[in-house]
Amino acid sequence: MECRIFDELREIVGPRGLITSREELHTYECDGLTNFRVLPRAVLLPDSTEQVQKIVRVCHRERIPFVARGSGTGLSGGALPVENGVVISLTRMNKILEVDLSNARVVVEPGVINLDVTGRVAPQEYFYAPDPSSQSICSIGGNVAENSGGAHCLKYGFTTTHVLGLEVVLADGSLVHLGGKTLDAPGYDLMGVFVGSEGTLGIATKIDLRIVKRPECVQTLLAAFPSTNEAGAAVSDIIAAGMLPAAIEMMDNLAIQAAEAAVHANYPNCGALLLVELDGPVAEVAALMAHVEEICRKNNSWEIRVAQSDAERALVWKGRKAAFAAMGRLSPNYIVQDGVIPRTALPNVMREIGRLSTEAGLRVANVFHAGDGNLHPLVLYDRRIPGHEEAAEALSSRILELCIAAGGSITGEHGVGEDKKKMMPKMYSEPDLETMQRVRCAFDPLQLSNPSKIFPRPRLCGEKPGEYVAHPLETAGIAERF
Amino acid sequence: MDSSVSSKATANTFEADVREIVTAKYVRTAGESDAVAGAQPSLVVEPGSEQELAKVLKLANAAGLAVIPRGGGTKLEWGNLPERADVILSMARLNRVIEYAWADLTVSVEAGCTIGKLQETLAKHGQRLAMDALWPERATVGGVLSTNDSGALRLRFGSLRDLVIGTTLALADGTVASSGGRVVKNVAGYDLPKLVTGALGTLGIITRVFFRLHPLPKETRTISCTMEDVREAQRLVLAIQNSKLAHSALQICCGAEMQPRVDVLFEGTEAGLAAQVEQVKSMMGSTITDAGKDVWSARQEICSAGKGNTESAVAKFTTLPAQMADTIETIARLSVGKLRWSIVAQATGIGWARFEGEISAIESELRELRAAIERSGGSLVITHRPAGISALDAWGNAGDALPLMRAVKWQFDPRGSLNPGRFVGGI
Repeated sequence: MECRIFDELREIVGPRGLITSREELHTYECDGLTNFRVLPRAVLLPDSTEQVQKIVRVCHRERIPFVARGSGTGLSGGALPVENGVVISLTRMNKILEVDLSNARVVVEPGVINLDVTGRVAPQEYFYAPDPSSQSICSIGGNVAENSGGAHCLKYGFTTTHVLGLEVVLADGSLVHLGGKTLDAPGYDLMGVFVGSEGTLGIATKIDLRIVKRPECVQTLLAAFPSTNEAGAAVSDIIAAGMLPAAIEMMDNLAIQAAEAAVHANYPNCGALLLVELDGPVAEVAALMAHVEEICRKNNSWEIRVAQSDAERALVWKGRKAAFAAMGRLSPNYIVQDGVIPRTALPNVMREIGRLSTEAGLRVANVFHAGDGNLHPLVLYDRRIPGHEEAAEALSSRILELCIAAGGSITGEHGVGEDKKKMMPKMYSEPDLETMQRVRCAFDPLQLSNPSKIFPRPRLCGEKPGEYVAHPLETAGIAERF
Repeated sequence: MDSSVSSKATANTFEADVREIVTAKYVRTAGESDAVAGAQPSLVVEPGSEQELAKVLKLANAAGLAVIPRGGGTKLEWGNLPERADVILSMARLNRVIEYAWADLTVSVEAGCTIGKLQETLAKHGQRLAMDALWPERATVGGVLSTNDSGALRLRFGSLRDLVIGTTLALADGTVASSGGRVVKNVAGYDLPKLVTGALGTLGIITRVFFRLHPLPKETRTISCTMEDVREAQRLVLAIQNSKLAHSALQICCGAEMQPRVDVLFEGTEAGLAAQVEQVKSMMGSTITDAGKDVWSARQEICSAGKGNTESAVAKFTTLPAQMADTIETIARLSVGKLRWSIVAQATGIGWARFEGEISAIESELRELRAAIERSGGSLVITHRPAGISALDAWGNAGDALPLMRAVKWQFDPRGSLNPGRFVGGI
């Protein structure tokens, strides 16, 4: 990149909004997935939509790829910089712009932290429902990019359920508004496609959120089972009984040990722990909770506790939410996996994971959103032992293949990013992937916005589909046709 | 060669090729009853499989013919008049429930299956697709998705975009592509099921769908009350929304000759319902009426009355939930002495209105109303209109993303063979 471009960018964001020194750039070389690292050419810290537009216009004119970044907590390498590209960090755009309680809407800038939205409306007993485990540090902009989930999406839905409108800077610097505060805006649901597009369709600079009224009561039950088989059967029975709990989480023995060591959640030491949360009107919750207890007992749960206070409930959740980070206490290194299976496939898949784990000689801890079949197997290994890392990666991929074979997905909430694009062809056919990329071509024909993510092979967006037209990347010698 | 002769020749070849694909039995000349909003197609084709359908689409696309997909035909008049109409692609034979994984609360179904048949299948295991479609006995899965139809249950369960977890599409060029899948939580790749929900069949034809399901409620209760005026009704609706009640639906019904009525639906266990019913009754005061479960068919009544009556119009409007009373008052004010009107407005901010009267009065009211609603950030979509006011756009302002929508359309259907001209901005 030439000096004049740096000068121009500095002009836009001011000297404190441009980072070019090598030491400082290292902060941005990866996101929460640290095994991929790329040093960007520069990092920009805009503080307004207008600045984002100006930066993107320069990138578009000079054909510089850019990657938007929130708090950098993503676990699939979605915010991994690209070679010779810039990172646009949105952390300075962190204002809550509007709170409209009578319509249950909140308007935020992308750098606002997830939990701060709830913090703002909690006094009026509202909350923002999507609750990824990183919610105290992750940003709403990042949540939009990844369509983040969380433990409570079983009942409340995902980020996409709670985003109503977006202001987006497209890859050519133009500004568009997708959706809005009112529902069903005429036209295609481009907002629906944008949420979860992992930064490949542009940069969201303003987000209209829906907030939810706090339920009258919340009850959390902890049940200890001999193994994941019995706990899994209890999950199936709860769902089959026609209940829709706010959350159903499961942890196996290794995960319980790790959480205990880290936050002393006072979990029983058992083969599998089930955490069931019900919310709603008092009488309704009481009736359903009795039914859940009965189902757990029937499936051989030997200890059942219902959290008696908010503090107890918070501690139960603290253990669950700390489970990933707690693995560091059991193993020097570990891979966090994210796969989804139909709920009924749980016993079979768990058995297979156990078999593969024994075969590979590596421990696998399991923490998952059992209610919606979202598994988070954690593959433990020691990088210092030769061959361990490769074996762990192979095992991790095998687990995803199990998920695909069971009719599931390679990611339920962490995204494809850089990490899983090689798995995409195992889940989707070539025409499936090609069709998705038609959307990409409509939004960003030059493929400057977070290029090389999600799709293993970029589709070149000719001027006319079906007819050969040299793509700018192709002419520039950066890409070739497959 | 004369161009009409040339196109006739193309059409003849097309017809012969299509007979090869779906057999002669499932190709017929279109009759008057196949006309779509006044446009007369020439052929009706009923493919028997996704592959057949894709082949027919590819041929039509190559021949430059306009294809109009048709499910139950209940909402064919939604949208603008077709620019061209050559082939009706009937989904009637693609009507199977493919796989009902009741223990997973998911179902995969062909797009031509009626909502009624689907719900009947699901009810056998005490489950449902948690939405209340218009004319469920005839409306199909594909048609309901393409028109993004949703009713009062949307308040609790979300709209179709929140219930669909996977779709398979046949594109104009014959590509068959799936996205999403059979699991309720999945972020692998772009969310095309959302893109095609409400796209009125202009991007591709939906052939198969995966839905997430909900249990049928054990008990339901409907409580209604009449209010002095719409301001009062609005206040009650917002108070219920701001309470900790766990209601499934909440609506205001009113009209030129009808005092506003507020209806609330509760679903759950007997124990849970009793307390909530008491609470809502205390919020309502002394005006409670026993209107029964039928109040939930109000939307269908408003939409049905438009059918076949040339001097009425039906429109869907969206506003912020707290602006419903403003919108209803605007309608009342504009209609005084000119039009009869009736409305059902849901707590989500979505309403349906029917107007009856002189054609010219209907037209000017729709224009004025749309301008007023759009000024406050909402929209007004006309789903039925008298034949005389066809020039009035069905959709209204699509905002600054319209060029992007055109780009998406162009990527999916560059020759414009699917439902040409029917969608926003002439798409």
